[in-house]
Amino acid sequence: MKTVPFDEALTRYEPVIGLEVHVELGTQSKMFCSCSTNFGAAPNTQVCPVCLALPGAMPVANRAAIESIIRIGLALNCSIAEWCRMARKNYFYPDMPKDYQISQYDEPICTDGYLDVTVDGKVIRVEIERVHMEEDTGKLTHSGGATGRIHGADYSVVDYNRAGIPLVEIVTKTVVGTGALAPAVARTYVAELRDLMRALGVSDVKMEEGSLRCDANLSLNRPGDPWGTRTETKNVNSLRSVERAVRFEIERQAAVLDDGGRVHQETRHFQEGDGTTAPGRSKEQAEDYRYFPEPDLVPIAPSREWVEKLRLTLPELPSVRRARLAEAWAIGEFEMATLVNAGILDIVEETVAAGVAPDAARKWWSGEFTRAASERGVEPADLPVTSADIARVEELIASGALNDKLARQVFEAVLAGEGSPDEVVAARGLAVVSDDGPLLEAIDAALAEQPDVAEKIRSGKLQAAGAIVGAVMKTTRGQADAGRVRELLLERLGVEG
Amino acid sequence: MTNISRADVAHLARLARLAIPEDQLDHYAEQLDVILQSVARVGEVAAADVPAMSHPVPLLNVFRDDVARPGLDREAAMAAAPAIEDDRFRVPRILDEE
Repeated sequence: MKTVPFDEALTRYEPVIGLEVHVELGTQSKMFCSCSTNFGAAPNTQVCPVCLALPGAMPVANRAAIESIIRIGLALNCSIAEWCRMARKNYFYPDMPKDYQISQYDEPICTDGYLDVTVDGKVIRVEIERVHMEEDTGKLTHSGGATGRIHGADYSVVDYNRAGIPLVEIVTKTVVGTGALAPAVARTYVAELRDLMRALGVSDVKMEEGSLRCDANLSLNRPGDPWGTRTETKNVNSLRSVERAVRFEIERQAAVLDDGGRVHQETRHFQEGDGTTAPGRSKEQAEDYRYFPEPDLVPIAPSREWVEKLRLTLPELPSVRRARLAEAWAIGEFEMATLVNAGILDIVEETVAAGVAPDAARKWWSGEFTRAASERGVEPADLPVTSADIARVEELIASGALNDKLARQVFEAVLAGEGSPDEVVAARGLAVVSDDGPLLEAIDAALAEQPDVAEKIRSGKLQAAGAIVGAVMKTTRGQADAGRVRELLLERLGVEG
Repeated sequence: MTNISRADVAHLARLARLAIPEDQLDHYAEQLDVILQSVARVGEVAAADVPAMSHPVPLLNVFRDDVARPGLDREAAMAAAPAIEDDRFRVPRILDEE
């Protein structure tokens, strides 16, 4: 597929983005029936006459789901409708046994809000068009095709456990003027939404389990021209993919437009493997869902008292929390953004709460543990190391029993499953050599080996001391305190530090 | 007066997954038109001060508590399934849509 390099594309075109995010709520029961919503249950074991659309079954709305969506709307600064209805979205597809999905059409429960995101130190307001209530669909698995994709499949099998789980759709207005930041804005917006949902406690927002899903709309236009035709990219299942998908569509659409072609309005699918998008269903023929008010569900009219009561339950918003922690930890916006983007803010906060100094907690999580996590392909918080482990190692460093280098070895061993920090220290015999005798021996040996360096230090070139200290650290296999070695060395040579 | 065109009938047929032969489109257009005209007569009776109504009973805010209860066991749930594979409903392949 032809593409134009990203930076070059942006010299000629302005991107316009729009994002649709689906959040599966973490209620105990489904939206319109009492079936369990547990993830991972055996197929078709969490179903009933309502979600299987058996004749005569009637839906009743889940109060907790309605409360959740109102709280989401309030947290996104939306207006909450005084009266609204559910609607039937009719379509023929076996992921819903009713042949329609209960959703909302022109009367969403929450409208006109916003969410501010910070990218590169710039605050960008993403306006929210609507937040509406709907139900999730069943899970289809396509069989017989070579790729497991629908094209070429001989048949499909359906599990309706997911059908009817409450789903909230959050739709942004178009976001313009972000230029080269467009991919990062899209990613940061989804990350911010995820953090917000987590803070609200309305969803576990696990993109890998599909409880948070994102569709990214993108169009390009030349400066001053009307907006171009947009594509909608689906199957964007991680924060990184959100960014890559937007970036790739900019590069692809720019190439189409450069060649004098036109962008087709279509649904495209993000390909996790190579970061490209592939065409799906073309929308040349407009969808005709024949929405109409759901006759089986009565209108929803949240009283203002109810809404205000729910407003009181709103938690500290993630942006406010970040500002508070940044101040408490004496770090700037950039350092905070680094923690957030690395997904380690929660765990750093937990580590600080365990008694570790904020700087040390940040250092370990953003260095050692982020690296280890990416090597293993897991989230840092899922590494087999606890805040208590870090607190213990920091204690050992403070008492002089470990230095930084040894501490890293301890964590390597802890991550490798060799036990707690104390067990590792004991088993591997890791300890700073605090007895001056062996250190002086090592210093003398190093000086004898490098007489020219010794001479330089004596003549006052203190920076040369590093070579001797390094040699001593090597002979002691890192188990010396470098600061102490330096002191002893200068003393030995009769030089003032 | 016919307000339903052949194209309308073809479109409706496609949405309803009905195979209506070309030579019968006019026939169904006429029939649908009769139905629509009958409904339109009801509209003539409703004065401007009568609001459109989607629900026959004046109820609002009917909710249930968020409590999970067992539904059907799988055997019962799938008793009427035309085909089953791996404990899932097996359905014909779906073309042109995703």
